[in-house]
Formats: sequence, structure tokens, C-alpha cells
Amino acid sequence: MAQIRKATGIVDWLDQRLAVHKLLDVLMVKYWIPKQINFLWAMGVILTTLFTVLFITGLLLVMYYKPDTALAFDSVNKTIMQEVEYGWLWRHMHGVAASVIFLIIYIHMLTGIYYGSYKKGREMIWISGMLLFVVFSAEAFSGYMLPWGQMSYWAAQVITNLFGGIPFIGDALVVWIRGDYAVSDPTLTRFFMLHVCLLPIVIIGIIAFHFYSLRIPHVNNEIAEELDFDLEAEKYMSGDTKNSKVIPFWPAFLAKDFMYISLFMIFFFYLVCFKFNFAMDPINFDPADALKTPAHIYPEWYFLWSYEVLRGFFFDIGGIKAFDIGLAAFGIAQVIFFLLPWLDRSDVVKPAHERPLFFIWFWVLLIDLIVLTIYGKLPPTGVNAWVGFAASLVFLLLLLVVLPVITILERKGAKS
Amino acid sequence: MATSESRRSFMGLAFGGVAAVGGVFSLVAMKKTWDPLPSVKAAGFTTVDLSSMQEGELRTIEWRKKPIFILKKDANMAKDEKRDVVIDNSAYTVVIGLCTHLGCIPAYVPSEQLFKCACHGGEFDTSGKNVFGPPPRPLDIPPFKIDGTKLVLGEEGPEYQKMIAEA
Ligand code: FES
Repeated sequence: MAQIRKATGIVDWLDQRLAVHKLLDVLMVKYWIPKQINFLWAMGVILTTLFTVLFITGLLLVMYYKPDTALAFDSVNKTIMQEVEYGWLWRHMHGVAASVIFLIIYIHMLTGIYYGSYKKGREMIWISGMLLFVVFSAEAFSGYMLPWGQMSYWAAQVITNLFGGIPFIGDALVVWIRGDYAVSDPTLTRFFMLHVCLLPIVIIGIIAFHFYSLRIPHVNNEIAEELDFDLEAEKYMSGDTKNSKVIPFWPAFLAKDFMYISLFMIFFFYLVCFKFNFAMDPINFDPADALKTPAHIYPEWYFLWSYEVLRGFFFDIGGIKAFDIGLAAFGIAQVIFFLLPWLDRSDVVKPAHERPLFFIWFWVLLIDLIVLTIYGKLPPTGVNAWVGFAASLVFLLLLLVVLPVITILERKGAKS
Repeated sequence: MATSESRRSFMGLAFGGVAAVGGVFSLVAMKKTWDPLPSVKAAGFTTVDLSSMQEGELRTIEWRKKPIFILKKDANMAKDEKRDVVIDNSAYTVVIGLCTHLGCIPAYVPSEQLFKCACHGGEFDTSGKNVFGPPPRPLDIPPFKIDGTKLVLGEEGPEYQKMIAEA
């Protein structure tokens, strides 16, 4: 045991037992952040804040929510919305945060792509981030089911049915996941478990890992400059804070983040108070009805792009069923971003505007995602079906073919 | 020294073995926990009397929490030897009313004589065969038994078995 002496104060008392100073050094005071980063790098703390909001409001909602198909709808729409004091506030905050968090996740991801932050040395940051995205999607989906409205029910129906497309075991798998031949009470209770217990634990675990994975290769910066963090940190600590290219996470860096959080929170509460409807689909205010499908089924906005990839292939090609092509494309869309560090074959780390072809690729991808999102919401008939088809095809080509080719060209160009 | 090393590796192996067996058993138990309950499996049978149906009429009933479409074909709807359920000399289309794409309920449009699925634009004809869009196969036929003018869903009668054998 270490030498324990009489403490000079509470902090010292803790320091002797828990090494709090060391801990704070590692976590904050000597965690170095490059100076040259812009507001796009603040998305991480905003996501952390939003997750905290979701967690806390979720706890408050769970106190009144009832995971039972007979009671769920009213427990949300009557009890929480009308009887519980401020219940409406927690619900709207939870709903809006669940929606907005995806907007921020997408910005966070696209920032990573634009500045090449997924490349050599930073692959684990990227992969853990993508894992978070996937688990978050499952979290959002399982939560969407809970109020047991019409959209909840049919979203559950459609998504669980997707597993039926898996060869051989598909049908049995669907019944197993649902716990019934159709989406019903056992389905609701198990999704409840996933949403409030298992998935949040997994998410917290991966968040911790995501943060940890940042510590070793360090965060990228606006000009993708390779910094010698030890050297720059030494400069900073020796008092040459001006010339050092890094600053400590706390207090210097967080101060700036706090400003962004404040600005964001103003926007967030504006949405919660005045525009909460965008996160509340009107169809979901009808109780679930297993015998009537709503005229149009569509997911929340943040899943539209991959939903459109799923249904974009609406005719059979070369003897392969349209359904299977769609499913395969959908499967690819879910995992393809994980592989980004290897699809991008060039190992220059540079922001997109210094890589001409990649720059074009990036914006085409972004536009394509927007097109997919828009058409994912429109009914899939006539011209819409064809636009959806083209956009889905472009999506697959961009990632599977164009990106590797561009980056190989880039590598060759760099050599000659 | 040597003995303690081998003892250690024996303990390692023993632990590994016990853990593996335990792991397999718990996975099986966990899998079964997620299976449908016996009360769910015994969802039972549904009997419908079709004698009052008009030609061209579509009736939707519920069986095992799924919608079942029963369409009594009229003269100008094409017959389908393989899929029609013949009761009392009239042909019926009896199908599970869930789109074979992703499980939405298609709506019947009498004027076009089509079942249209709004979700991704799938279409089925009056025999339940997929004619357009992403659905990969015709609407499924539930197990049935014919009992006079009545249809018993959930039981596999000879007509159903014959239909399955041919398909
Ligand atoms: S669920 Fe019917 S077309 Fe997709």
C-alpha cells in the first residue's frame, strides 16, 4: 500500500486513495487537442450532451410507461402527455433529441469523411463510431415501437420481416425475434427490454471505447497536419502556449465546446417548444391496428436513405428477385461505411478540398444521400421508383467502385 | 516447478471445459426464452362459413393475428387450378393478407382487380400472384381444411396437402 499521510484537505484525501490528480490529467488536463479545428469538431460533445438528455428524460418516461399492448398507447398519450406534470416536456425532449441526434451523428460522420479522419492510425476511432451508429439505430428503432401507434406497429412489422429474407432460417428467425407469429405483446416487451436496458448499456460501453480510441492516435485537425503531440505538449507546458499547436482539453478546449453546446441547446429547446411535431409522426397517434396498414409506410427521416436503397431495386435483374437485390443492397448500405478506411486506398490524410477527385466524390455522395432521403419519403410509384433506383445504384457504385478507383489513381498520381 | 505448471494448465483446461458446457447450455436456454410461448403456439383454429358470400366479394378475417383474404371469384376473374380453393363448386382465393415483400397489408382495388401494396408498390392479381413490384412470391396460402361450406384455418386438410405437394 502506498504511504497514506494525514490529508491536507478533501481533494488530497481522495488523491491519496484514488489518484484523482493523475486521473484528471489523463482525462482532461493533459489530454491534448490540436488548436486548428473548427466547429465541426464540436459535434462529439454535442452528441454526448444529447445522449445525456436522452438518458435522463428516458428515466423519467419509464416511470409511467407500460410495456403492454393494451396499455402502452394510453400510458404515453394520456398518462404521460396529460396527467404527469411536465410529462409532455420529457416526451418531447426525448423525441426531439432522438431525431436531432441523428442529424448530428451524420454531420459528425461526414466531417470524418471530409477530413479523412478515418484513415491510417485512426481506423479504430472510425469503426467504433460506426458501431455506435448501428447500435444507436437499433436503439432508435426499438424506442419508436414503444408508444404502440400505427407507425410503431408497422415499422416493427416491416423491419422484423426483413430478417425473413435471410436464406433457410429466415421465417423461423422472424417468429423467434417476434416471439409470436405476428408482431404483438411479446414483441413489445422484448423491444422494451432492449430499448431501456441492453442497448443503452452497450451504447455506454462503446462510447467509452470510442473516447479511449481517440487518445492514442489523437484527434485529426482541419488541415490534417501530423503533429508530434509530445513535443507540442511540452512546448505548451513550458509556457510557450502561443507557439504550441495544441491545447489541453480542459480548461482551454472545453470552454469553446461549452459555447457550442449553449448555442445548440438554444436551437434544441426551440425545436422542443415550437417544432416538436417533426419528430412525432401523425399516424402514430392512431393506436396500432394489426388489420389495417397505413397508406404509406416510411421510417423516420434518418432512416430514409437506407430505406430507399432497400426498395430502390423494384424489378428482377438476371433471374435474381428484386426483393433479394434490395435486401442485399440494404445489407451493404448498413456495413459499407465500416470498410471506408480500406475502400479509400490512398493513405494521404488531407481534407477533401485538397484531393480534387475525392472532393467531387464527397459532394456527389452527399447529394445522393439527400436524394435518397427525399425519395424515401415519396410513394414509390412511376417516376419516383426510377429516381430511387438510379440513386440507389449511384450509392452502391460510389462506395464500391468509384472510391477505390479514385484513391488508386490518387496514389499513382502522388508517386509520379 | 514442473508439477505446478502442469497443474495450472490442467486447471485451465478443466475450467475451459466446464465453461464451454455451461455456455452452450445457457445459450440454448436463452434461445428458448425468446421462442413463442406455448399459449401463443396454440393459437388455435378459425372456422368461417362461406355460404353467404357473394361473387366478387372480398372478406378479411383474422387468423393467428394475421389478416386472411377470402375472395369469391366471379365469372370474369381468371381461374387458377393450382391456387383456387374450391368449395361448393365456386372458386375462392384464400391467402394470408400480408405482402410477401415486407409484410404490409395490400388493399384490394376492385376496379382494377388487383391487391395493391402501398408500401413499396407491390401488386397481386385476384389469384394472389405477384404481378408487379418487389414481392418475391405470390401471397401465401394458410393451411386449411374444407368442411362442407365451411373453411377451417389452421388445419391441414387433404386439399391443402395436395396444393402444397403440387407447388
Ligand atoms: S411490403 Fe408490400 S411492396 Fe413492400
